[in-house]
Amino acid sequence: MSCLLEVKNLVTRFYSDGATIHAVNGISYALDEGESLAIVGESGSGKSVGVMSVMGLIRFPPGRVESGEVIFKGRDLLKLSSSEMRKVRGSEIAMVFQDPMTSLNPVLPIGLQLMEPLQAHMGLDKNAARNRAAELLALVGLPGAVERLGDFPFQFSGGQRQRIMIAMALTCNPSVLIADEPTTALDVTIQAQIVELIKDLQQKLGMAIIWISHNLALVAGVVDKVIVMYSGYIVEQAPVDDLYERPAHPYTMGLLQAIPSLDQRNQERLASIEGMPPDLRAPAVACPFAPRCPYVVDQCRQAVPPLQSVGPHHTAACWRAAELRNVHSFGEIV
Amino acid sequence: MNAAVQLATGSKPLIEVENLKVHFPIRHGLLRRQVGAVRAVDDVSFNVYEGETLGLVGESGCGKSTTGLAVLNLLEATTGEVRFRGQTVTRSSEQQMRPLRRHMMMVFQDPYSSLNPRMTVGTIIGEPLSVHQMGGPAERAERVQELLRLVGLNPAFINRYPHEFSGGQRQRIGIARALATSPAFIVADEPISALDVSIQAQVVNLMSDLKAQLGLTYLMISHDLSMVRYISDRVAVMYLGKIVEVGSRDSVFDRPLHPYTRALMSAVPVPNPKLERERKRIILEGDVPSPSNPPAGCRFHPRCAFAEEVCRHEEPALRVLEGSNSAEHRVACHLAEKLAE
Repeated sequence: MSCLLEVKNLVTRFYSDGATIHAVNGISYALDEGESLAIVGESGSGKSVGVMSVMGLIRFPPGRVESGEVIFKGRDLLKLSSSEMRKVRGSEIAMVFQDPMTSLNPVLPIGLQLMEPLQAHMGLDKNAARNRAAELLALVGLPGAVERLGDFPFQFSGGQRQRIMIAMALTCNPSVLIADEPTTALDVTIQAQIVELIKDLQQKLGMAIIWISHNLALVAGVVDKVIVMYSGYIVEQAPVDDLYERPAHPYTMGLLQAIPSLDQRNQERLASIEGMPPDLRAPAVACPFAPRCPYVVDQCRQAVPPLQSVGPHHTAACWRAAELRNVHSFGEIV
Repeated sequence: MNAAVQLATGSKPLIEVENLKVHFPIRHGLLRRQVGAVRAVDDVSFNVYEGETLGLVGESGCGKSTTGLAVLNLLEATTGEVRFRGQTVTRSSEQQMRPLRRHMMMVFQDPYSSLNPRMTVGTIIGEPLSVHQMGGPAERAERVQELLRLVGLNPAFINRYPHEFSGGQRQRIGIARALATSPAFIVADEPISALDVSIQAQVVNLMSDLKAQLGLTYLMISHDLSMVRYISDRVAVMYLGKIVEVGSRDSVFDRPLHPYTRALMSAVPVPNPKLERERKRIILEGDVPSPSNPPAGCRFHPRCAFAEEVCRHEEPALRVLEGSNSAEHRVACHLAEKLAE
């Protein structure tokens, strides 16, 4: 499979109140055609800012993509003018946001909102756009859509609104769909519906997907590979099975063991990662996870560890990654 | 946790809830005439036994938070009764409630909006003590420091303000406040859902430790089934204002009887890619209907794959399965026996 999107050494910072927020600190990854990738992390890890930078959605002030390259189909997106970028956004790379309540315009009927990109990007006339809009709504599982094109967002439930958002993202047959926490605002049974829908659409339409999520369980069944972010760094990257079976970075281990499992009866104590995520205002001079890591050694406090290979297609940014390959539980003594 | 199951059947109830209904009127027109009601909680009965954690699970709008508030009489019950140690809580005046309040406290979901930003941590945690006139200023200050230590915060933080703390630390402050008057019973409404995963585990572990240390009883309200399984001794599942299934944690999770409970469990993803890919999910069609106009008969029937004629007309009672030896696991489904096979 050929490489569709390649992100190289992306650095994004925000400037506010005289402080510099080091949100994304040189991340690199590649996405193949039709592949699905998860970027997992907690709030402040830089997972959303990373894809917003790729989409050219970071506004200055306060934020700026400082350096790096985003190669999409042979072009560096970061070098495009804003009008060129607008053509890529929505038509080739589309995005679904977290909150379906606020990302739709509340005073416009959904039909109009769906038809707008069809007319703007695809050059369809009004009638053709209306037909295509109805088709798209049927595709995302909102049958009887033709009659509902005149309805406003408030007349739909949260799950239905997220389906509409997905339909909007699909209007121009994008080759990459970025889903930023698409189910976080939804109930579990509705979440399951939306996850099934996105999986299903990916198979039907063959697009590549980037799932942004804080939930390691949610992405387990839907992606091919996983990137774990912490404090603006990629700390681990691996094929999905490897990551869950043999996580290499202590943060990933801790995160996996902090989730109680529904299929386990054990009443063992949850692994808890002590402390808090670091302050992003200071540039990291050491491993950002060091203050919370049970395996910390002097080296960790002296330099930021680079991503290094720990297995096939499996990399981790930990000075002790090789040594820790035999650790099975977070906090276990080496 | 066999002890807990025994507790649940053998020990005495700390909280008894009988036929609790909380309806919110829908008013319309110039005269604010009542044209209907949102039946948020509609005839719910359960007990919380001394020393146990009862997990109350359900999706948004099922009435779980309203139930929690009504149990503490923070919301007035429309009908029905709630008793704390045999004493009626519902329809009590503020004055009658006051001596009871110090024994039943609440931990809120959002650690950002539930702490007054203009008060210091010391004032926040000490407020219940001054309201209930417990101890003099010096004793209160000492108690606040003791509470800070108890929840794992530095007692030197006493003069800081909430904005100086992270989400997890604020939730610890909320817990310390709830514990100030040494209550017996705590309602925790989604205490971890606003927190990051690595911080959630810290707070859950803290709450378990405190329960063991202080002999607390919890009503734990949550939408997170895996967390409820982890922390509860017994579990009650709510759907559209009703309890559809209740029982000990292991029997509900190992042998869910209600089709809704099964769907709910099947919808929860597990952090295991191989299992996830092979798993056959029960995907529920459609959305939860409006509690102002709930479906006739069984409220779940429009989304239930097994619904029969009887489900459309007759409301199922919460009952023990026929031929079951567990008197404690109850379900509200006409077809439970058939589906159990």
